[in-house]
This record gives sequence, structure tokens and C-alpha cells, in this order.
Amino acid sequence: MNKTWDIPGGIHPPENKLQSLKQGIAEVPLPDILILPLNQHIGAPAMPVVKPGDTVLKGQLVAEPNGFVSAAVHAPSSGAIEAIEDRAIPHPSAMDASCIVIRTDGEDRWVDLHPNRDYRALTIRQLLNLVRDAGITGMGGAGFPSAVKLQPRQSIGTLIINATECEPYITADDGLIRERADEIVIGIDILAQILGNPQQILIGIENNKPEAYTALVNACESAAKNGAITSSIEVVSFATKYPSGGEKQLIQILTGQEVPSGKLPAELGIVCHNIGTVYAVFRAVYLGEPLISRITTVTGNSCTKPGNYEVLLGTPTNHLLGTAGFDEVLCQRLIMGGPMMGYTLNDLNAPVIKSTNCLLAADIVESPAGNPAQACIRCGHCSEVCPASLLPQQLYWYAKARDYDQLANHHLADCIECGACSYVCPSEIPLVQYYRAAKGEIRLIEQEVIVSDRARQRFEYHQERLTKAEQDRTAKREARREEARKKAAELAKNNSESSSADESDVNVDSEVIQAALARVSATKNSPEQELKRLERAVTAAENRLAKAEEKLRQCPDDDSRKKVLEAAVAQTRLRHDDAVNKLSRFKIADIASEQTQSANASAKLADDPTDKDQLASDRASLAIKNAQLKAARQADMSELEKLQNQHDSLQKRVEKARNRLEQAISDNDDNIDAYRVAVEKLDIKLNNSETAIANFVPDDRTSDTLHIEDSEQHN
Amino acid sequence: MALLRTTSPHLHGPQTTQHVMQQLLLATVPGLIALSWHFGWGSLINIVIASCTALACEATIVSLRKRPAWFYLRDCSALVTAVLIGLALPPLAPWWVVVVATTFAIVIAKHLYGGMGYNPFNPAMVGYVVVLVSFPVEMTTWPVAQSMLPDGLSTPGLWESIQVVFQFSGSAVDSYSSAYHSIDAYTAATPLDSFKHNNGLLAEQFYDQDAWFVGGRWAGAGWEWVNLGFLTGGCYLLYQRIFTWHAPVAMLSALSIMAWLNFDGGSSVSNGSASMHLLSGATMLGAFFIVTDPVTSAVSHTGRLIYGALIGVLIFVIRAWGNYPDAVAFAVLLMNFAAPFIDYYTLPRTYGHEKYGLGKKASTSQQSLDKD
Repeated sequence: MNKTWDIPGGIHPPENKLQSLKQGIAEVPLPDILILPLNQHIGAPAMPVVKPGDTVLKGQLVAEPNGFVSAAVHAPSSGAIEAIEDRAIPHPSAMDASCIVIRTDGEDRWVDLHPNRDYRALTIRQLLNLVRDAGITGMGGAGFPSAVKLQPRQSIGTLIINATECEPYITADDGLIRERADEIVIGIDILAQILGNPQQILIGIENNKPEAYTALVNACESAAKNGAITSSIEVVSFATKYPSGGEKQLIQILTGQEVPSGKLPAELGIVCHNIGTVYAVFRAVYLGEPLISRITTVTGNSCTKPGNYEVLLGTPTNHLLGTAGFDEVLCQRLIMGGPMMGYTLNDLNAPVIKSTNCLLAADIVESPAGNPAQACIRCGHCSEVCPASLLPQQLYWYAKARDYDQLANHHLADCIECGACSYVCPSEIPLVQYYRAAKGEIRLIEQEVIVSDRARQRFEYHQERLTKAEQDRTAKREARREEARKKAAELAKNNSESSSADESDVNVDSEVIQAALARVSATKNSPEQELKRLERAVTAAENRLAKAEEKLRQCPDDDSRKKVLEAAVAQTRLRHDDAVNKLSRFKIADIASEQTQSANASAKLADDPTDKDQLASDRASLAIKNAQLKAARQADMSELEKLQNQHDSLQKRVEKARNRLEQAISDNDDNIDAYRVAVEKLDIKLNNSETAIANFVPDDRTSDTLHIEDSEQHN
Repeated sequence: MALLRTTSPHLHGPQTTQHVMQQLLLATVPGLIALSWHFGWGSLINIVIASCTALACEATIVSLRKRPAWFYLRDCSALVTAVLIGLALPPLAPWWVVVVATTFAIVIAKHLYGGMGYNPFNPAMVGYVVVLVSFPVEMTTWPVAQSMLPDGLSTPGLWESIQVVFQFSGSAVDSYSSAYHSIDAYTAATPLDSFKHNNGLLAEQFYDQDAWFVGGRWAGAGWEWVNLGFLTGGCYLLYQRIFTWHAPVAMLSALSIMAWLNFDGGSSVSNGSASMHLLSGATMLGAFFIVTDPVTSAVSHTGRLIYGALIGVLIFVIRAWGNYPDAVAFAVLLMNFAAPFIDYYTLPRTYGHEKYGLGKKASTSQQSLDKD
């Protein structure tokens, strides 16, 4: 017999197991409806693959796993899908959740099954898929998808089968082992094959189940003798103590090792499965049947026929309880699971699910309503019974004080919520309840920390980006300034080399460039965008003009609004003209710059780095080019020609201004005065220009410059 | 249908706080019998006065705090405090000494700190120390044991004792008291006190001369039996698993080791043998009824070992080199201060953890600081 180790703490509550072991596993009549919650396991809820109205056969897939940690759901009997809707489910929260409701047809017709009697011929992958497709989850109570547990990353040296069943009242595993030990042994052999034949296979069982122990030992011996199994299985019996059946505790009892905090047993090369799960694996692989039923203990003083029942998953609890002779009046609380870790039900329609190992209908004697909690006197009984060697009384203080740092220091996370501390507490403090609440709060806080961390990071990145963009802009600005300075210096240098006659010309150039730069920095559009914008403006103005004219045409002559409309048309026309002017000016400038580029007009400009193609798109360089172009054009012309040019343009503008004025007068516009002033000003300029041409002296540059600037401004 | 909805576990063990306290009270009986046998009715009268005072104070304070009085009185914790004070105070002490000690214990030491479970200091010991430093004469006057009385005299009867305790003025009492006082045999310093002031005698000589030790076997007439009585009660509590063995055993061992290490074979400046220390004064009462008070002691097994051992050391240090003849109350109160500190360093190793030490704790708090 294998050596066993003791675990710290533990309690010995009254076992109350005998009453449900009087009879063998009993059948339950087929219920009218079966309610199958989509989430009977830990992980993502399954996805329904049927819809209301569909007929299904027994064992047919009705919901498929949704993700890796999830489990399939199958129809436990044949019938029609009545609904897929929220129903009461067995859960501590007592909330409703999505369920598939099947109305049974009473025929109990199976789908085609594919038994694998020769499971050794299958690959590990095939076996795993069989387990996964059968929707098997941990049958001991937690309900973790078994297939996930069967593919650990580590190589497994020890497979532990948990037949401890340490909770009082529950005998589902005991009853199962007594009657079906041979099947269980085959199931263990299948699991061993999936896990790559671990060196050691242990079945842990408490010494309060001698019949089950003997049955297992005999089954193992006979199976080994007739060659039904290849693995060697040891059945290990140890002293009865709650909670030896906890996974971590059982591992400690059987191997003396402790699962490191926050790690899985697989890290020690150990995998632990409940014996009910093993039996489900046997059925899934050997018989090809998916998980559609389980053994459930129905017990408690409120039942006249306590015992173990083979019950279809989805069977409403009132149907099952009815079979066991349930007396509703006697029942004080209805517990799903054991009295130590189970949860109460308050809806008798909640169904039996994959993890329902027990239904305890307790009367007032078995589970009296608790007394009000008294003050903790730190008697330390709780820490003496804690299987995890925690200090429950300290945890209680800190949980009450919401001191989460201290809770972490005292390893609240390692509490397995076995309830031993609450059981012994002389002050009847609901300790486990405090720990659950604190754990929930800590989870919430952790989530909040994650969310706020993310928000903070986002904000910091945003700030970083803004700073970087600002730095880039500053650098560019610096570069441009540097460039301009360099060029000015170069120009000055060139100038000093060239004749003195050119000097003022250069000055003009640089001044014009500066002015252009200033304007460019004011308008941020690129030339292409600018052109498009102007074109859009013209089109819009045309549209508006056409509309206004149309309105005016439609308007009857004697209408009082006619005047208003006429004025509007005039204004629109003015705006249109303005837009057209702007566009044409821009186009001229653009074309001129193109010409300049090809002609490579002057040596000065040829040296200019802004002329290079890669900078052609730069707004500043374009504007500089434009300004330079004008200057160059003027520099190339003779003075008289320049004056002539200006004169011509002035004349045009005066003409235009006069037209506008006339129109304004005819339209009785409000802006007549403004137009008149403009025309007068232009007249004066025209006169000045004429005088200048008349008085032209080749060396008189000053007046020339003035005129140029003047015209620039008016443009 | 009204199904009860609660969280697990749905079972509860038989143990209740009330039961724990009742067991404690029961365990004081052997000690009380020994006290009464050797020193008369005094202790019983003390206990009655203290209990009435304690229950009245408890009820008043709990009502003032707007809590259900019966619910709190029912747990018997006030009664335990009262009985311990009654046992610790000298028999036939004036009634007001008992009332002051008990009132202070319940009102100040217990409820001012938050009541049951929240008091950092053992209420009975606080009450005892308050009257010890306030009324030294009354507190150091201890009746002599029955066996030490001259022939023809016995410890006062019940009615006489009540008269003495309540200081009735009356001819009967006066004559009775004067009869005792005249022969200077009615009261005396305790054996520990006498031994300390042994007038330069060798221990051997002192044992032969001092009335306490003439009438006693190991540690003074009566006293050794009182201590053995409390030891019996303590063993009963251990058997009942009311507390663990750690703190009392550690305390008694530490006291014995200290006495043994410092025992010089019985010179005139001897500190007394281990057997004398174990069986005199409040050693056993302290070890099983005071040191085991869960509220004010350390929580883990290691912690309780350290806590008990240090109390044992302190008792010996104060007895041997301090001013007071007995030291249990002071030693316990001093270690009450240290209990949270001991707890801090003696957390048990949790399942799945390498070990629990300061380093781990420091790093965790460092991490939380870093996070901030």
C-alpha cells in the first residue's frame, strides 16, 4: 500500500452518507422537458446549433463549444426544441441564463453511435477529440472542461483519480464505483493513453468507503489479469477528513507535494481527474455516447427515498426530487452540491447540470438557520482547521477593514473556500462569505487598475506624439529660417561681387521674397489645393449667380422683392468676378513659375536650392519662386517697359472699377460710395503712372520700386 | 415556498463562544475549591461581587452602545473576566477593591477599546494591575492558610467573611478582627514576597523558619494546592481543545528554565527553585487562564510559543529582580503589547508557498509602493 501524507487542518463533520447508500443507482422517469443551460462548465458558454422547432435525437449535438475552454451540449433524450431562452439555472447567483429547452417525445431514440471498443488503436488526438466532442467537464463540482485538462504542456508522470468524495451526504461516486468499477478502470486506461502513459496512476479514496475500495481493487486486478488494461493502477485509501478531496489537498495526501501557489498541478507533472469524469470518458470513447446523464445523490431529511439516481442532464430538480419522495413543507434549504461547498437553490425548475453531484433537501434539524454572528475572539480554531495553513481570523479582520494589501500578504488567493473555518467558528461568523466578497472586490479592483493603466498609457502616448509633432514643426521652422538666412547671405555675397547697379535689384528681390514668405505662412494651402479651392469658389459663385438670375427672371415685375433680388444678383456677380480674377491670377503665377523653371532664367536662381524638384511641392518654395519670378521678370525688362506694363494693368483695373461703379449705380447698390472711392484712387495712380512714363529717366529706380510695391499691394 | 438562501457552508460545528466561556468557568472550579479550602470564603465572595459588577457594567455599556444587551451577556465573556479577577485578588479584600478592578476591566480595558474581541490588553489583568498600583496595602495583604493558623482558630466563616469584606462596623467584627490581628496571624505577605525578603537566611533555613514553607511541601502552604488546582483545570481545557498547548507550555517551560538557570542551590540571595516558581503565586492561573486568552495573544502556533515563552521569562525577571513579588499581570500586559509584532513575523507558511518571511513581505509592500 502506498505511503500517504497528512494535510494540515481539516474537520470531521457528521458524514450522513449511509441514508443514500441503502439502494443501488436508481432510474428517473423521463421528464416532459429538459432544460440545458449553455454554460454548465467553466469557460465560454456553448453556441446553440439548433433552433426552436427542430427535432433532435438522443445524443445529438445541440450546442457546440465556443472556444478552447468550453464544452459541447447534447440532447439527453429525443424530442423537439421548444425554446432557446433564459431560464433559472443552478448557480450561486440564482440568475437566469440562456438554456435550450427540449420537449421530450418519450421515444428516447438515439442518434447513430460510434463505439470504439478498440480504443488503443486510436491516436491521442482522436481520443482527445472524442472526449471534447462528448462535452465532458469535471464531474466533481467545478465543471472545468476535461479535454483542456488532458492536454497539459508538461509531460505527466502521475495521474490521480479523485474518488475521495469528502463532503458529507454525497455518495454519487461511492455508488458509481460499487456498481461500475470495471468501466471506470477502462476509463482510467483511456486517460492514461491520452496522457502518454504516466508512470504512476493513483486512485485516492477515503477509508469510509470500504466497499468501493474493494470494488476498485478487484476491478484493477482482474483487468490487469485478463489484459484489458495495460496501465498499472494503485488504489490508495487514507483517513477520512474534510477536505481531503480538494485537488491540491489530494495531491498533498498522495504525493506529499504542494502545488505552487498560482500554478497548476501539471507543473508538478500531475493531472487529477474525478472518478465520475473517468466514467464519462469511458462512455464517450468506449460506447461513443456523449455526456447526457450523470449519477446524482438526492438526500436529506426532506426526502423519503434518498439515494443515488442516474439522471438525464437538464432534468428539472422538482422532477428528480419528486422521484425521491421530496416533501416541500419539511425542506428548509435545498442545496446543490454538498453541505460544505454547495449553493442553495430557490427555484425548483432549475435543472440538473453536468456538475450536479448532489441535491440535499435539508430540513430544519439538519441545517438550522444560523445564529447572528458574534464578535471574533481570535480563538484560532479556524487556523487550526485550515487545510491551506492560512490565518482565517486575520483574513477576516482585513476583509472587514478592506485592507487588500494585507489580504494579499496573508494569501487570501490561496483560500479554497472549503468552509472548514466557518464550520468551527464558535462565534458563527460567516468567514467564507467574507473571503468570497473580498476576492470579488479584489478582482474588480484589479480590473479597474488594468483599465486605468491602459487609459494612462494611452494618454502618455498621446502626449508623447503631440510633443514629437511640435518638435518636428519647430525643427522644420528652424531649417527654413536657416535656409533663408543662408540664401540672403549668399545673395549679399553675389551682390557684392556683381556691379553696384544690381544691388538695389537684389534688395528688391529679398524683400519680395520675405513678403511672399509671410503671405504663404498665413495661408497654409499647397498650390494644388489652392488652385482647387479657387476653382471650387468660381464654380460655386457661378452656380449662385445662375440661381439668383433665375429667381430674378421668375419674379413678376411689379413685385416689391424685385429690387432685393436685383441687388442680390449684382452682389453675386461681383463675387463671381472676384473669384474668377483670383483664379486667373493664380493660374498666371503658376504657369509663369513653370516657365521659369524650364528657362532657368537667371544664374542667381539656378543656385537656389529651392528650385530643386523635390522641394517643388513645398508651399514656401513655390511662393518664393513666384515672387522671385516676378522680380526676375521685372529685372529683365527695361525700366520703361516695366512702367508701361504697370500702366496697362492699372488702366485695366480702372476700367473694371468704373464698370463696377456703373453697375452699382444702376443697381442702386449700398456700396456705391466705396466703388467711387476705389475708382478715384485708381485714377490717381494711373495719372501718377502716366507722369512717371512721361518723366522717365533710366536711372530713376526709386520711383519704380515704389510703383512696383504699390501695385503688389493692390493685387 | 420559502427556501433559505445562504452561502456555504451549510453546516456548523457544535462549538460556540458561549460554550468556550462556560468551559473556562468550569475549569476554574478546582482552583477555586483549593483557594476556598485554604483561605476561606474570600475568593468566592470576590467572585460574586466581581460577577455582579461585571454583568452590570457590561449591560450598561452595551445598552449605551445601542446593542442588544442579552445577546452580549449571553456569551459569558464578562463573567470570565469577573471570575478571573475574583480569583486573582486577595481573599477578603475590601469590596470596593473588587468593584474598582472589575469596573475598570470591563468599562475601560474592554469596551473603550471596542468591546469583545477588540481589546488589546487582557481586561482582567488591567483591572488587577490598576488596583495593585492604586491600593498596595490591600493588595499585598493575603490571609494565611488554614494550616498555618494556630490551634483553635480557623479561617473566618461565610458571614464573618462578608462582614470583613464589606467592612461592617459592629462589635462582633471588631472583636473578631482584633482577635486575629492581635496574634498577627490573620494576614501575611505571600510566600513569594516572604521568600524575597528572607532577611539574609539561606533558603534551607528560611524554609525551616517561614510559616508558609513549614506548612507547605514545595511552594508555600495552600499556594501549591491552588496552583495544582488551576493546573488540573488547564489540563481539562486542553483536553477539551478549548485552546492549544503552545502558549501555556511555552510559558511554564521558559519560567522553569529561567529559574533553573538562576538557581544557586539555595543561598541567601537565591531566586528560588523552579518548583517554587511553578507552584506559587499566579503561575498556573496565568498559564492556563490568562496567557491563553486568544483575543490578546499571538495567533499562530509559532507566535503563541514565542508569546508564552517571553511571558515566562518576564515573570521570572520581575519576580527575581523587580519590585513586585508576583509578576504575571505585568508580564502578560507587556506581552499584549508585543502580540501584533509577533504576529507580523510569525505568519504560518501557506500551502503552495515557499516560506513566509519578512523578505517576502517587504518585497510585496515594495511592489505596491512601486505601483503607486
